[in-house]
Amino acid sequence: MTPPPLTKSTAAWLRAFAHFWYDFVVGDDWRMAVGVAIALAATYAVSRTGVAAWWIVPAAVAILLPVSLWQAVRPRTRQRR
Amino acid sequence: MTHGALFLAVFLACVVEAVEATTIVLAAGTARSWRSAASGLVVALAVLAGVIAILGPAVSALPLRGLRLVVGALLLVFGLQWLRKAILRASGLKAVHDERQIFADGVETARAAPRSPGSAGGFVTDWYAFTLAFKGVLLEGLEVVFIVLTFGTNDHDVGLAVIAAIAAVVVVACIGLAVRVPLARVPENSMKFVVGIMLTAFGTFWGVEGAGGSWPGHDVSVAVVIAGVAVLGLLLVAVLRRTGAREAEPAAELSMAGPR
Repeated sequence: MTPPPLTKSTAAWLRAFAHFWYDFVVGDDWRMAVGVAIALAATYAVSRTGVAAWWIVPAAVAILLPVSLWQAVRPRTRQRR
Repeated sequence: MTHGALFLAVFLACVVEAVEATTIVLAAGTARSWRSAASGLVVALAVLAGVIAILGPAVSALPLRGLRLVVGALLLVFGLQWLRKAILRASGLKAVHDERQIFADGVETARAAPRSPGSAGGFVTDWYAFTLAFKGVLLEGLEVVFIVLTFGTNDHDVGLAVIAAIAAVVVVACIGLAVRVPLARVPENSMKFVVGIMLTAFGTFWGVEGAGGSWPGHDVSVAVVIAGVAVLGLLLVAVLRRTGAREAEPAAELSMAGPR
């Protein structure tokens, strides 16, 4: 059964809307967004114990950025070989 | 955060976005209709002003710690995206943003698009030019709104952030209108690199504070975070340039050894 045209266009609009916001906030690499969320959650958990937690997010940035760049560059090296 | 750092971060980010938006409006005006492109620009600016008017008080009403966590997380993700692209461009692994080429492509596409027979008359004479300018300004402007609200509310100075954004937009728009060519001489890629560093650093600083952590040295540590992110970014550019050059060498040798 084919959905009525209005439902179809609404679904397409909702998909485009969700895609726009995903692209706007998350961008090219979803792993960076997930990594940031995990780092902030870890900062919250560690800070509750009274141990210094300020270093967790900078450490995450120092790991996430090179890993993401490596992921972006890797397919090019494969293609060349 | 000092007022100077707030102004600089917002101003640079807005100049980058304004250059991109100006290129789109210039392409729509040159190829199609200046009046319709200007109408699209004005309507998009009105929508953006509405978004600030609605979201501004809502964001300001959040408790400071929750605000810093949300804003810090968003800025950090946003900043890492900018920095990632800027590093790839600076190391030659991604095409550099070329406003002249984007303008030429935009003009060509706009000229090829059919003109609707019923578009003559009324204030908007060409809906293609209107839509092109509207979409370009709205999409680039949303990033400006996001940066203005996040930096402004966190530093309790939305007014200064708005002034920095308006100053950037006015400067770029005036130059764009005066020369009526794409602003290719603006060092856009270098500015994106600096903005990526600023967004990542402030996202890190506010995110940690919002998540309950406290920085050694308090506000002074933001300068250390900016320096640290800058060093990391420059190191990654150097490493990627060296890796790219090393990989290009065997390929060049192979092509020279092959049949001519």
